[in-house]
Amino acid sequence: MLNITGIPSKEMIHAKFPSQASLQKPKAIIECYEDIPCNPCETSCLFKAISIGNDINSQPTLNSDLCTGCGICVYNCPGLAIIVAQIMPESARFKIPYEFVPVPVEGEIWHGLDRSGKNICEAKIVKVQQTIKQDKTILVTVDVDKKQIYDFITIRCPYE
Amino acid sequence: MIEKDLIIIGGGPAGLKASKSALEAGAKVLIIERNPELGGQLIKQTHKFFGSEKQYAKTRGFNIAYILISELAPFKERLEIELDTTVVGLYKDYVVTTLKNEIYQKYHAKAIIVATGASEKVLAFENNDLPGIYGAGAVQTLMNLYGVLPGKEVVMIGSGNIGLIVSYQLMQAGVKVKAIIEAAPTIGGYKVHASKISRLGVPILTSTTIKKAYGTDQLEKVEIISLDDNWQEIAGSNKIIDADTLCVSVGLSPMHQLLSMAEIKMVCINELGGMVPSISAIHETSMKNVFVCGDVVGIEEASSAMVEGALTGLIAAERIGYTHPEFNELKNDYSIQLDALRSGPFGKKSRIGLDRLKVSEHA
Repeated sequence: MLNITGIPSKEMIHAKFPSQASLQKPKAIIECYEDIPCNPCETSCLFKAISIGNDINSQPTLNSDLCTGCGICVYNCPGLAIIVAQIMPESARFKIPYEFVPVPVEGEIWHGLDRSGKNICEAKIVKVQQTIKQDKTILVTVDVDKKQIYDFITIRCPYE
Repeated sequence: MIEKDLIIIGGGPAGLKASKSALEAGAKVLIIERNPELGGQLIKQTHKFFGSEKQYAKTRGFNIAYILISELAPFKERLEIELDTTVVGLYKDYVVTTLKNEIYQKYHAKAIIVATGASEKVLAFENNDLPGIYGAGAVQTLMNLYGVLPGKEVVMIGSGNIGLIVSYQLMQAGVKVKAIIEAAPTIGGYKVHASKISRLGVPILTSTTIKKAYGTDQLEKVEIISLDDNWQEIAGSNKIIDADTLCVSVGLSPMHQLLSMAEIKMVCINELGGMVPSISAIHETSMKNVFVCGDVVGIEEASSAMVEGALTGLIAAERIGYTHPEFNELKNDYSIQLDALRSGPFGKKSRIGLDRLKVSEHA
């Protein structure tokens, strides 16, 4: 499936999520399913929560106990393959990388997309972080319906 | 005839890194670059690069070009750069001829590094000469270097990393990508790049090829068709997609012409992209003191080209009497970096190709 459409299967996605209990706090979800020569996630993590090991081609593994959900890896991953997910009392909260214009504004409601690009929910823009060290990869915090915790992946501007 | 120590043909990632190594070693270097600026393909790469910190991972390509160029600044008294200058001849007696502003120039060098890179492959189909049909590299140059959009609605042919990355960049520029089509049964490039496209709703159609382009004054429609397991067209599976732009990204060929001109021993190795020079373990061709690095000796990522360049610059400088103070340590480190970059599944083609290249040397 991933090899043919670029869309990972449900099983592949679920395997990257820690337990529901663990997701009460924000945790990185690393959707890197392939051995490629790359390691900025490991080297950027301040908490040594991500390890690749000696072979730079190995896929990263996350120690979710050490992960604080800070989101540094999200904008350092050149493949935009990392998000941060958290289960909140009323919503699922994500930090996602975003590299398009217009830039979302706090409080706006955007379209929430699944991994095939389908509009599946409303995405409330909670926070937009842009710093020089992010090098133009914006970190957007969004709230979506809790049911979409495994399906939501990115946002689309509603006024195109 | 102008006498030179070391001439480096091509100022892309391989040539720039080769220059830095040779300059650090103490050599005098002339870089000859066809384009108006240094950096090669890096200057139009707006995405963050893969690899490790040593290859500037997570830095955007055009910023890597700035870094590589600025690394040469401390050596400017020993560095000459000829821009807008095309090398038109390489001869057995170490003569390099150039053309700049219609002025023909002759150089003679003690050593030469050929880092000419690669050119895009073309694809044969009906009406492939209609305006609106581009190579992916041309689209990237127009868009990211000159700020000109190629069109409004694009179909991309090829799902290798270039096809995927250029599709993403087209979307960033506000162009609608209608589909990416791929003749092979699976996606060619990194799946993380593919997923970036899929999640924005752009279909990647594998086992699909282009049948024909339509249009009167320019491209208007593209006809695609599905392929079976034997790469044969499936009758009746034709579909028409409206598009004003078609982008062809079906692979690269090493730019070997100068090497062939000097009658350097060449071999055809599919895994490396076609005709490549036969080389020794130190990147020397069959012509003594002529070295090669980067895509001209096998199509790979820019990260490998940079490391190969750094390695080759060290060796070429040593050959003409300038041994880098850390020659052995650096040579060893670059070899380890190259092995690491090539050790995964995506490095398999390079590994097979380079093994075949080694065999060809002894034959």
